[in-house]
Amino acid sequence: MSTVTQGDTTSAPARPGAGTPRPYRFPAFQTRILANGLRLIVANVPAYPVVTMLAVVEAGATRDPRDVEGLAQFTTRGLAEGTRDMDALQLATRLEMLGTTIDTGADWDSAIVQLTALATRVDDAMAVLAEVLRYPAFPERELERMRAERRADLAQLRAEPRGLSDVFFSRLLYDPASRFARLAGGDERSVERLTREAVLAFHAEYYRPDATALMLVGDIDVEHAVRLVSQCFGDWSGSAPPVSEPLAASRFTEPRVHLVHKADAPQSEVRVGHVAIPRLHEDYFPVVVMNAILGGLFSSRLNLNLREAHAYTYGAHSAFDWRRAASPFEVSTAVETAVTADALREIQHEIARIREAPVSEAELSLAVSYLIGVFPIRFETTAEVAGGLANVEIFRLPSTYFDTYRERVQAVTVDDVLRVARTHLDPSRLQVVVVGDAHAIREPIAALGLGPISVYDTTDDDPR
Amino acid sequence: MHIPVESLRLPNGLQVVLSRDHTAPIVAVNLWYHVGSANEREDRTGFAHLFEHMLFQGSANVEANEHFELVQRAGGTLNGSTWLDRTNYYETLPSHQLALALWLEADRMGRMLPAMTQAKLDTQRDVVKNERRWSVDNQPYGTWWERLPALTFPPSHPFHHSLIGSMEHLSDASLEDVADFFRTYYTPDNAVLTIAGDFDREDALRLVHSYFGEFPAGSDRPPLRDMTVPPVFGDTRREVVPDAVALPRVFVACRTPVFGSDGYYAASLAAAVLGLRSGCRLEQSLVRRQRVASQASAFTYDLAKGSDLLVVDATAHPDVTAEQLEAAVLAELDLMHTQGVTEDEVQRARALIETGFVTSMQSAAERADQLSRFATYFGDASLINTQVARYQAVSAADVSRLARERLGPDNRVVLLYVPADGAETDAEAQAMEVGA
Repeated sequence: MSTVTQGDTTSAPARPGAGTPRPYRFPAFQTRILANGLRLIVANVPAYPVVTMLAVVEAGATRDPRDVEGLAQFTTRGLAEGTRDMDALQLATRLEMLGTTIDTGADWDSAIVQLTALATRVDDAMAVLAEVLRYPAFPERELERMRAERRADLAQLRAEPRGLSDVFFSRLLYDPASRFARLAGGDERSVERLTREAVLAFHAEYYRPDATALMLVGDIDVEHAVRLVSQCFGDWSGSAPPVSEPLAASRFTEPRVHLVHKADAPQSEVRVGHVAIPRLHEDYFPVVVMNAILGGLFSSRLNLNLREAHAYTYGAHSAFDWRRAASPFEVSTAVETAVTADALREIQHEIARIREAPVSEAELSLAVSYLIGVFPIRFETTAEVAGGLANVEIFRLPSTYFDTYRERVQAVTVDDVLRVARTHLDPSRLQVVVVGDAHAIREPIAALGLGPISVYDTTDDDPR
Repeated sequence: MHIPVESLRLPNGLQVVLSRDHTAPIVAVNLWYHVGSANEREDRTGFAHLFEHMLFQGSANVEANEHFELVQRAGGTLNGSTWLDRTNYYETLPSHQLALALWLEADRMGRMLPAMTQAKLDTQRDVVKNERRWSVDNQPYGTWWERLPALTFPPSHPFHHSLIGSMEHLSDASLEDVADFFRTYYTPDNAVLTIAGDFDREDALRLVHSYFGEFPAGSDRPPLRDMTVPPVFGDTRREVVPDAVALPRVFVACRTPVFGSDGYYAASLAAAVLGLRSGCRLEQSLVRRQRVASQASAFTYDLAKGSDLLVVDATAHPDVTAEQLEAAVLAELDLMHTQGVTEDEVQRARALIETGFVTSMQSAAERADQLSRFATYFGDASLINTQVARYQAVSAADVSRLARERLGPDNRVVLLYVPADGAETDAEAQAMEVGA
């Protein structure tokens, strides 16, 4: 290896140590429950003159009726399309003149409606938020447009390697009877069943005060928040039905390889994983640390191997996509077509390796000190604090969650990491999904012996 | 809201910006080098970005990838990015780790070359090629961000060529190119160092002097080629790109006044009236009333040299042809060009921009980045505190004038993506399905 030389390198100051840490606490928050069951969580964070309002409703995609997949997301999106007093344009104009817009969305477990406004405009913005949650009009004309947009989104998803690999991965991971096997936003068939009648019924059943939690975070004091929310939501009534846990069984009990053929693709989009544990699991903290070492950090084993040692990819990651019911574990990367099989071999190798022998103390301390150190950085903004508080509601975490987070991470040992890798990563169930040029990658992948190989067309909507 | 700003300059030319905020024990360090793809040789496109990768490959006292590891071990986040005329490196850490961040940035500013090897260059070249495949070649519409500058700036212009570069040029890059680029552009007098968040002023200054003070200023930095272009294209230029896309998408670019000028704020408001959030014209007209688009937005590139661009992009509704989409988008530009905007529209846009700006300032990294930006482009970080007022100073008449002068048919580049033929048939894929 040749080296370019340059000047004097001996005069560098010594690498510095760390100073004394300043204490940090997650912003203090108070919880109030209105007589109608609505939960209000307020954190006074006054550094900047803004307030984030975030409503969490027990109306996520796992509540979609069979064959009407996408109804939860469709309903949430429809909230901002007009109310009893304002059509869609009037509603948008009203909010945007206040300098804000409503963001809506639904994941598996809940629906979220959120906005951030300057503190001087909180009262007006809250009044609009209440209108949107309680009295949406769901005009047929807007719903019709939204259905067309969903069809457009689906068309684009199927043309896009990353989106396509995610679609096939969840379909192939979960039992076909599981809601998780199908798109959270619905597909070409179910989108036709997203009628105004279905949306109105879904809203009436699930958007209820006792199924709603409202976070108010920012330059607002608790008394002001309580007064405001009581005014806007105090006379809201009704009860939502209880939540049931969705089916989270795997589709296959043996390892398999699934190739989604995209002719002449310059890269292969790769997903490897299996159904894993739910968010509220006693091993959550050791699993998070284990995943950080395996593929969660830039300096993780997967990224250093695939990117820095082999230059197969721009990046390689692993993650647990946390849900109330069993969440998927997933390795994801995009690699040059010619090295697809090599990359899969290395992914397989890293999953096996972290189950075979303890991680080093250096790896453990990197992951632990990273997770502890970034904790305050994750909660710099009102929206981030509100999001953190929302997760406590969505996953039913203890109210002390943020106060004990760092000590629970700190308590994870090398033995814990090995134990949870052996318990919660299972090579005998790994599903491999590759969106790429099947002509080019099939034979080298077959030689790896990762399991039976199936090839799909990108338009297959129920691969088996 | 007022962001505190203190600026100074070391004898070697390094601009230093300090902005304290003790809300949380967090500190952001941000270093802008005034170099980007515009500074590249014409046969070395993509080099500035490749070099950004090399700056994470170690320096005299830091091993390859150790920069990432040390910052993450300290509980920090970090990255870097390359743009047409600047490159930035940044980390946010717990505040008691400030010295580490400064030391790491200093070691690579002053002592990078001893650590460079051919093997590291070869690896990062392949990583960048994969980044290109991932973000450009294997993405629907992914080539837009090299095709659009190529159409809007003449071939001799520094902004004309691809930021991520050509595969050929990346292959040709040598270790000597790395050394030349480093010696030329990565010098203290071509950089701005910003520290924002929770720190002690005297400690921070002592560390900055101690770590960065010894590096010599650069010399012989070549000036950028002439950046001036006429304010308008002179006609409508058009390129049709068949691509592996499901729906047609159109990009329309107009030349607009550079970032920081009075005209920029009018252009930025024009873009917001056209294409920011759901009450904007494009959404209301193209997506909602006419239903020719499934998505539409508009934004400015925020270029501070030569000419900025106002860009409109819209994706077709499933039942609409590329030509219908294009005609509808151009009709919206015609309307704004001939009729101007209303006071209400400008008020809406200003309110959204103000909330967005104040909200973004909550992040130490974002404050640091904006401070570095104003210091790099204008030598004055405190301009951060004038932004809201500058938007407020723009009237509807100013925006209408901007639209009259810059959004007309004599100042448009149209880039139209259409679905390519030749998608493989189901039968061909089925024929390959052989369960093993």
